[in-house]
Amino acid sequence: MSADPTREVDSESATEEVALRKALSSNPRPPRPSALSASLTFGWRGMLKVKHVPEQLLDATMTPVLFTLLFTYMFGGAIAGSTREYLQFLLPGILVMSVLFTTVYSGVALTTDATKGVVDRFRSLPIWRPAPLVGAVLGDSVRYLVAATVVVVLGVALGFRPQAGLGGVVAAVALVVVFAFGLAWVFTTVGLLMRTPSAVLNGGFMALFPLTFLSNAFVEPETLPGWLETFVEANPVSHLVTASRGLMDGTATAGEIGLVLASAAALTAVFAPLTTRLYRSKG
Amino acid sequence: MTTHSSLAIEATGLVKVFGTTRAVDGVDLAVGTGSVYGVLGPNGAGKTTTIRMLATLLSPDAGSARVLGHDIVREAELVRGVVSLTGQLASVDEDLTGRENLILLARLLGLNRAAAKARAAELLEAFALADAATRLVKNYSGGMRRRLDLAASLVVTPQLMFLDEPTTGLDPRSRNQVWDIVRALVAEGTTILLCTQYLDEADQLADGIAVIDHGKVIAEGTPAQLKASAGSGSLHVRLLDPAQRPEAKRLLTRELDGVQLEPDPATLSASCADADRGAEAVAQLSRAGVRIADFSLGQPTLDEVFLALTGHPAAEEAGEEEAKVQDERAA
Ligand SMILES: Nc1ncnc2c1ncn2[C@@H]1O[C@H](COP(=O)(O)OP(=O)(O)OP(=O)(O)O)[C@@H](O)[C@H]1O
Ligand SMILES: [Mg+2]
Repeated sequence: MSADPTREVDSESATEEVALRKALSSNPRPPRPSALSASLTFGWRGMLKVKHVPEQLLDATMTPVLFTLLFTYMFGGAIAGSTREYLQFLLPGILVMSVLFTTVYSGVALTTDATKGVVDRFRSLPIWRPAPLVGAVLGDSVRYLVAATVVVVLGVALGFRPQAGLGGVVAAVALVVVFAFGLAWVFTTVGLLMRTPSAVLNGGFMALFPLTFLSNAFVEPETLPGWLETFVEANPVSHLVTASRGLMDGTATAGEIGLVLASAAALTAVFAPLTTRLYRSKG
Repeated sequence: MTTHSSLAIEATGLVKVFGTTRAVDGVDLAVGTGSVYGVLGPNGAGKTTTIRMLATLLSPDAGSARVLGHDIVREAELVRGVVSLTGQLASVDEDLTGRENLILLARLLGLNRAAAKARAAELLEAFALADAATRLVKNYSGGMRRRLDLAASLVVTPQLMFLDEPTTGLDPRSRNQVWDIVRALVAEGTTILLCTQYLDEADQLADGIAVIDHGKVIAEGTPAQLKASAGSGSLHVRLLDPAQRPEAKRLLTRELDGVQLEPDPATLSASCADADRGAEAVAQLSRAGVRIADFSLGQPTLDEVFLALTGHPAAEEAGEEEAKVQDERAA
């Protein structure tokens, strides 16, 4: 009358068996993907992580908000006489600072990733070798853009009025993000050299604090003692601040922009191959 | 060179040194195409390090190897094109869903978007993961994670697959599922290099086995040869009434060799290579009125193989290695 239970199980496992066989039957390997396609796929992986854990973006949003409010209202009166006037000077500097601090997280993410088994799989694939790294840095551009947007929107809400309008702001943000790509490679290198994510975070912030504070982001260098002024004027962060301030004011020169692009290219040329070498020999 | 064509893996004198540890200390391997080859050894024997060298993740400090005819150092890119690796740590991305993991791999292997999606769906179905497809892998059970890991290795059919302890930590049901997958894969013609700590697993799946210890191959042969070299299996009998043990011992000694009283006062054991003779011995006990709580007829364990091959048990060393590894982790 009733169906034989053992037979039912048999036929179920038989269908499973057929599905398995079918899935395993020869799936030939297509030609390997291009370097660009592999990198974009890794970029997509980065985005998926943000999608699953949006809290990850908290550091990219909260820090810029804090910086902007703190500097505008704490130092605005003291440094420039009025908060409104100071904001006009400060905002490009805050933009640079916020985005640069976000690059440290690229290194932190890589250190976390490198301890996981999945990296072994990536390294055993026949893909363009730097693709996982290039993809990760590309994916991180989302964070950089989020940080930049937060700063600009908050700045405008507080009364920042860029002379060069929206176009100038977009150009400045683009320049800062390009420089951030270059700097991110420094932190990915550090990320592979250090063992723990918190060491990378601390090391990165220790390096960035002097670089951003000893720049023209917050004060005019002319107000500084001579030796410090020399340092500030040689500091690449100052060049970036000068260029983005110029772009927002509509006064940037090709030389200022070129200098920033050249330093981004130099950082990439040195540190991207270094990161790739370390990633390859990891394990 | 033409003589190499039937060998999927051919390694000579592979060495890898970490600091003062000679993790792999002159390993030779010859694995025929289309076979399953087991590498059997306790914790810290050097199994994973050997696999990582063959999969081009580590470069050897000495020696050389060819995988499907390609040199693992000079032609690493070609090797990567024909092998796939299921590592000891689950080599899947815990922060993505099962489906996303498979699509990611498919895209990286060159499938276009639509093909990648279709292939992911097919694999999820075949590996009984369809219901969990959209859950994050960090919430998967150990067995599901392993199946996903295997699926990720099979997005395109590899000619050779490295499997590093695929069933460690799995319950018997999940272990059987993994074994079924491996058998299906072999039927499709893939060569498999399987690292394991379980003689039982190597016996179930492998055509040939190399036993390694302290980075060296200490024995090689078919599962049957190894088991034979370890002496035989053993029969364990536990009695309902410990008082009957002397009687049971007398009866068993007539049938089998090496009868021993175990620490448990109700249990005794004997060596027994042949299941029929074991069954007969148990039947005789029961006919003579000795009441039996349970009995088992087992194959020699890895421990027993080790004892036979090296004169010392594997578990002891494994303990040391474990402790060492944990010390290193803690440091
Ligand atoms: N990256 C490393 N750095 C230092 N020592 C290592 C490294 N990898 C492995 N070792 C050491 O090399 C030896 C062999 O390790 P391996 O992981 O190959 O063993 P295994 O046979 O896979 O062990 P298990 O069964 O525990 O996985 C061990 O003593 C281990 O501590
Ligand atoms: Mg191992």
